[in-house]
Amino acid sequence: MSRVDLPSLATAAQDEVARQMTICNACRYCEGLCAVFPAMELRRVFEGSDADYLANLCHNCGACYYDCQYAPPHEFAINVPQAMADLREESYARFAWPGALAPLFARNGMWIAGLSVLSVAGFILGFALWSDPGALTASGDFYAVMPHNAMVALFAPIFLFSLLAMALGLRNFWRAADGGNRVPVTLPALWQAARDAGRMRYLDGGGMGCMSQSSRPDKHRRLFHQLTMYGFLLCFASTSSGTIMHYLLDWPAPYGFWTPPKLLGVPGGLGLVIGAAGLIWYDLRRDPATRPRDRTGMGPAFTWTLLGLGATGLALYGLRQTPAMGLLLALHLGCVFAFFVTMPYGKFVHGLYRFAALTRHAHEQTAGHQTIAAAPVEGWSRP
Amino acid sequence: MSYDVLIAGGGNAALCAAICAARGGARVLVAEAAPMAMRGGNTRHTRNCRIAHDEGNGILTGPYPVDEYLDDLMRVTKGNTDAELAELTLQRSTEVWDFLEAQGVRFQPSLGGTLSLGRTNAFFLGGGRSMLNALYRMAEDLGVECRYETRVADIEIEDGFFLGATLEAGWETDTPRRETVTARTFVAAAGGFESNIDWLKEGWGEAAENFLIRGTPYNTGGVLRLMLDAGADKVGDVDQFHSVAIDGRAPKFDGGIVTRLDCVPFGIVVNQNGERFYDEGEDFWPKRYAIWGRLVAAQPDQVGHVIIDAKSADLFMPSAFPPEMDDTLEGLAGKIGIDANTFIKTVERFNAACLPGEFDHTTHDTCRTEGLEPPKTHWARPIADPPFRAYTLRPGITFTYMGLRVNRDARVLFDGAPSPNIFATGEIMAGNILGQGYLGGLGMTIGTVFGRIAGTEAARSLTNDRSSP
Repeated sequence: MSRVDLPSLATAAQDEVARQMTICNACRYCEGLCAVFPAMELRRVFEGSDADYLANLCHNCGACYYDCQYAPPHEFAINVPQAMADLREESYARFAWPGALAPLFARNGMWIAGLSVLSVAGFILGFALWSDPGALTASGDFYAVMPHNAMVALFAPIFLFSLLAMALGLRNFWRAADGGNRVPVTLPALWQAARDAGRMRYLDGGGMGCMSQSSRPDKHRRLFHQLTMYGFLLCFASTSSGTIMHYLLDWPAPYGFWTPPKLLGVPGGLGLVIGAAGLIWYDLRRDPATRPRDRTGMGPAFTWTLLGLGATGLALYGLRQTPAMGLLLALHLGCVFAFFVTMPYGKFVHGLYRFAALTRHAHEQTAGHQTIAAAPVEGWSRP
Repeated sequence: MSYDVLIAGGGNAALCAAICAARGGARVLVAEAAPMAMRGGNTRHTRNCRIAHDEGNGILTGPYPVDEYLDDLMRVTKGNTDAELAELTLQRSTEVWDFLEAQGVRFQPSLGGTLSLGRTNAFFLGGGRSMLNALYRMAEDLGVECRYETRVADIEIEDGFFLGATLEAGWETDTPRRETVTARTFVAAAGGFESNIDWLKEGWGEAAENFLIRGTPYNTGGVLRLMLDAGADKVGDVDQFHSVAIDGRAPKFDGGIVTRLDCVPFGIVVNQNGERFYDEGEDFWPKRYAIWGRLVAAQPDQVGHVIIDAKSADLFMPSAFPPEMDDTLEGLAGKIGIDANTFIKTVERFNAACLPGEFDHTTHDTCRTEGLEPPKTHWARPIADPPFRAYTLRPGITFTYMGLRVNRDARVLFDGAPSPNIFATGEIMAGNILGQGYLGGLGMTIGTVFGRIAGTEAARSLTNDRSSP
């Protein structure tokens, strides 16, 4: 039975996605482009939770906008990438935990990230100047600038808080998307989602490439995104390996080039810098038609923070033995802090929600389809 | 400015011609009347093409031999086709796939086995506009000059010989700019005239005011008129078009596929007087889809209302517009503006005439009426479960048949003689092959086949080179 209940559509962004999906569902020309459209076809109406789920399944490759016979200036004004992007940006804030913090970040992402970098860097510089100014420029010894325990005391709480906040936000997202029917998390679905996310399967316009700048597709954006994601994962592995070496192996920094923190961290940093810079460059040239309308939020802040993270990390590695070390360390730690603090309230969560949406999609697609009267007819083979 | 080939129109047929002419070494100008965002005529609203093939592949099951294709064509046209051109089209349809793919057009693969494959039709990945984008990219890469918002306002033809044309740029604005263009050949690929309501009235009278045009608003038949006025031979008549019954709330133009309503077999259809007028259960909806356009066009005010009840609400393709709904038949009658008493009597008579049967929407089932005129011969179930729903139907015109007569070189005929330098392809000449009726995806096939022929022949006519390009 239909579940039309328009008042339950909570937000204008959800409302717009529902309006567009209703028209798309009657058309279905885009069904081969990505996961959004097959997922849409399993529904007849699009309540708020369905809209959130579909929006987070969308990778904003732009193909369906350029392929759409109803794109503006057509009066139906279908622009799925933009409607989905608007709703995604809004949904990050709506699912964030604790909810009270989210609106703050939703509008001021750039400022919060920037101020976090500068204030933490300033704090560390001040700390060092107050205790031992010489350590800033001298030895290449990070812990002379800021003792290891002080670093842990500063970063562990914010990191753990961020992890908790993200876990609870993800839970909010998953539960809301349930729409009353609890969706199980199965191993095959997780595996399929991991493969789809790992390859960024849906960031390719159905095979031709993204069309984020024009109707000429290319694969650059996917490449930059891959570099960013795998760069980040390598950096994360690098930091984790350092932590293990410090606490379990009693092997404190600094580490040589042939140790895991460097073997993972240097390529990771390079990936992060090239990838994030590429994404920023690419986003500047993006067709405004498929951008989110409100761009004051955490999207650009996230990419810039990643770029800062990678750039300061690499600079620190290269210039560790120079007088610039102290300043670079302070900046790098400022970036790390800004990254941690904005993580649950910004673009970082797109990875979590998208993975959850992909998992749900993998499960749905194997769980069977509804039956629509498909009369046998030549040339119109699909229901 | 001087060109080798001037092409009027910017849809699939025009672009196939442009690409082939450019590959043949010609300097090509495409004049598309629509703005860039709306380019491509009715191709923008299409989705697939019908291709003869001997064996299946990842996208089509097979085989669909030319003979069977021809049988299908003869069946729908009832022989109203130029047999020579029809056979040529279907023979060369076997090349369409490879040709389009080579231009960068992509087809819809089977999605993890969850979607059934078509046997006869190949679906464009992303639909017709995606296909157009690929053709435009290729044409631009080959150096074809594409001008948008530019229509062919006048054509100079002398005894079937094309001399030049007047283009009008920005013709929809207050400051149109006219320019005379000389070209050595001309390809008319500017579609039909279904968006020209005044022209439709010549065949249909005032009823045409109530028709909805499913496709592009830019098919106003300007080039067709110029060509006919210059003495080109005509196929078809002014009152012939293909129409379907679509959602009455669709936009006047450009509603496309989403205006389709598939609910007719699940209920009854009444006219503005609240009376039934045809057997809704005659056959599966897509097979009968086309006849309802004419049926509704013949009703008062060119309107029909499909009435279904709750048990049928989700059995058909989702529609773009929600139905009118009410818990009572009387309330529903009020919402759609018909007389409640007649309407309720119609429903009661229908309900009483429904025989018990096994409902199955996938076969010609045993649910039918007895003693009812007109009968409903399948899928007849009493309309009894509220809330009741009504979808309004109007005739939706998809394309016109009247066009230019051509020969197998796509040359336009003047008094039976092929023009030395005027060619036609696409909807403007599809009536040569599709004299009546319709086969899904055939329009794209005709446009591609004759577009290739027109472009290739136009380029070849400029040189002594007789080798294939």
